[in-house]
Amino acid sequence: MPLKIHIREQPRLFERFEARWTPTQLILDENGEERYRIEGFLPKDDLLAKLEMGLGKLAFERKRFEDAERQFHDVEVQHPESGAAPEALYWEGVAAYKSSNDAGRLKDTARDLSRRYPESEWARRASVWAA
Amino acid sequence: MAIEWVRDVDEAIRRARESGKPVLADFSAAPT
Repeated sequence: MPLKIHIREQPRLFERFEARWTPTQLILDENGEERYRIEGFLPKDDLLAKLEMGLGKLAFERKRFEDAERQFHDVEVQHPESGAAPEALYWEGVAAYKSSNDAGRLKDTARDLSRRYPESEWARRASVWAA
Repeated sequence: MAIEWVRDVDEAIRRARESGKPVLADFSAAPT
């Protein structure tokens, strides 16, 4: 459900949702609770990847770990050059672990991140799983 | 396909509740 809020038309909603910079995109659940935030301009492919990343986080928050794993996988397959790709790969590993309880999935993820996105923050975050 | 933007937050949340789909809220200051 796309909702457009312009600062000149609805400044109170900027306060309500603590939007301090534009553009800001929020993914809200059906109760109006914020589940994911994107701040600042992004090129089209990066924005699409981040929006899909947000849907993955929404599924993850709802403990639908298999759905989340698929959503994160799609992000890194469809947008491998986007800034969200290493983040998606990281969370794909976490979701896979949560649904399987197999710590080997975390180790595999750390190895993949190290190989494919070695300079990313997400490879560093996952490095603890590699040992 | 053109996006049909809703401008009322309560309406967007009501529709999200009915459809089971989340709301994408776009906060903008771009010239209209």
